[in-house]
Amino acid sequence: MANASAALSAGTRYRPISGRWPFVWAILDALVLARRSVLETVRVPELIMFVAIQPVMFVLLFRYVFGGAIQVPGGQYVNFLMPGIFVQTVAFGGVTTAIGLAQDMQRGLIDRFRSLPMSSSAVLTGRTIADLARNLFTVAIMLAVGFLVGFRPGGTPLEFLLGILVLLGVSFAFSWISAFIGLLVRSVEAAQSGGFIWLFPLTFASSAFVPVSTMPSWLQTFARHNPVSVLADALRGLFHVNPALTTADTRWALIQSLAWIVGILLVFVPISVIRYRHTTAR
Amino acid sequence: MGLAGNLFGMAADHSVHAEGLVKRYGRVQALDGLDLHVDQGSLLALLGPNGAGKTTAVRILTTLLEPDAGHATVAGFDVVNDADRIKSLIGLAGQSVAIDEYLTGRENLEMIGQLYHISRRDAKRRAEELLIQFELRDAADRIAKTYSGGMRRRLDLAASLVLLPPVLFLDEPTTGLDPRSRRQVWGMISSLVNDGSTILLTTQYLEEADELANRIAVVDAGRVIAEGTSDELKDRVGGNRIEIAVTKDADLARGADVARRHFSEDVSVDPAQRRISAPSRNGTTQLAGLVRDFDAAGIDIVDLQLHRPSLDDVFLTLTGHQAEQEKAVEPAAGRWGRRPR
Repeated sequence: MANASAALSAGTRYRPISGRWPFVWAILDALVLARRSVLETVRVPELIMFVAIQPVMFVLLFRYVFGGAIQVPGGQYVNFLMPGIFVQTVAFGGVTTAIGLAQDMQRGLIDRFRSLPMSSSAVLTGRTIADLARNLFTVAIMLAVGFLVGFRPGGTPLEFLLGILVLLGVSFAFSWISAFIGLLVRSVEAAQSGGFIWLFPLTFASSAFVPVSTMPSWLQTFARHNPVSVLADALRGLFHVNPALTTADTRWALIQSLAWIVGILLVFVPISVIRYRHTTAR
Repeated sequence: MGLAGNLFGMAADHSVHAEGLVKRYGRVQALDGLDLHVDQGSLLALLGPNGAGKTTAVRILTTLLEPDAGHATVAGFDVVNDADRIKSLIGLAGQSVAIDEYLTGRENLEMIGQLYHISRRDAKRRAEELLIQFELRDAADRIAKTYSGGMRRRLDLAASLVLLPPVLFLDEPTTGLDPRSRRQVWGMISSLVNDGSTILLTTQYLEEADELANRIAVVDAGRVIAEGTSDELKDRVGGNRIEIAVTKDADLARGADVARRHFSEDVSVDPAQRRISAPSRNGTTQLAGLVRDFDAAGIDIVDLQLHRPSLDDVFLTLTGHQAEQEKAVEPAAGRWGRRPR
């Protein structure tokens, strides 16, 4: 132990950088933590499954198993399906944030982070940004697979790009809902079930996989106003894959989509950060 | 308080002080008017069973939790109002090892450095330094999931030292370690105290408090029930005891008579163990005289002891129950199971 004693006193005390705005630190700290989450994804084989293989499986199953049975007005099912499945996938992708936060809490990492002089939004922003990166990767894979099974978006490159941006907006917004859930439930198991359970009715009782008009009327009311439907329709309009949608329809769906994204963020960012500030491991 | 303005200067006061801390979780009273004081450059051990309120106290002092009543300062700053100032002066190693399992040891330390807002380059240098000091250099580029329990603890401790904080909070830092790793961590903690760190350490191991602490505060049911050096606490129970075991049953009564010449009425006799014991006022002198008299009386002695009361005895006397010796007992399950953490 003598050598440890000699060594410990020889440590160097480095000075923290001073004079930066809190806002700048919020971003820099978030990037440090986002990098950490992304590294975790790359290093955990199960997560790669979740990020890359599961969405592809969904594309193929819906395309070939249900595709024959589901009729969509005036077009091919694969074109109708892909925007819906994009929205569903990025929404599900946000659950990584809930699970990750619950895990950090269980391991006591949140206590350590909260004891550091870092930005108090960074742990959450870091996770949600990492989700964004993962979802971008997932969407790229799904686009490639979609193309192979017959997905042919129309429209201009600008419209296509706008569509991808909307998707990333959805991803970010849903990740923040997940962040709040992850901070509430405290255990990984609960985050796993609690993170997903509300997404099933939201994504399936929507226009993501089937036209809303095929549902019973009481369900149609819900499905029509469901953000997932609105978002899927906005994408369909932007990708020009549903002839039934007029330019006005698309514009309206796009406005509603942005309203949902902004609205979710306005609610869930502050309540999650407040919750984070008062949370400790038990 | 204004004197503490200079963050790491010599004039700064790095003591920890708490008065009348109260915290309740629902119906559970975790802290019930806890007072404590850690002098700058010393180590105070908060010693108590599971659920005594040790972790809650650490959480309040590290600004993670606000007390319901009472107030506390760390390095002169108020834990509620000056939480941000405190954060750059403290290091925390919590009860569970707070490291990222999927980052390497090096990445973990660099990340903490960056979150302390030291530059990337400095964070790298400091990580390298700590990896060498904590004998983790060979494993530095393996993900922490592959580390043994002792290595994880060392990495966790290293992470709390990235900024060489003047005040350290170590919440049961050796729980779950094998004896060898525990010794190693103890050595590191001792050297930190020697280097001038102010440390608040919680433990449920008497041995650990005895080994490391300058002062010990015994906590039970959310308040400090006794405080002092290890010796002072032991003196509260009484001084030394002398114990003599004789070979033959027949000698027991005679031996007791001899002993009474030295100890008057306080002699107790345990026939089953053939053991005679008494509190000793002046230790070795008395012992020498006693042995001569036993020898003169022709009584054979098999065992002879002069011992200080252990902290165990202290616990028993102060709380009316035994202290935890080995593994932590789940709340509500064991003798200590009175309230959740």
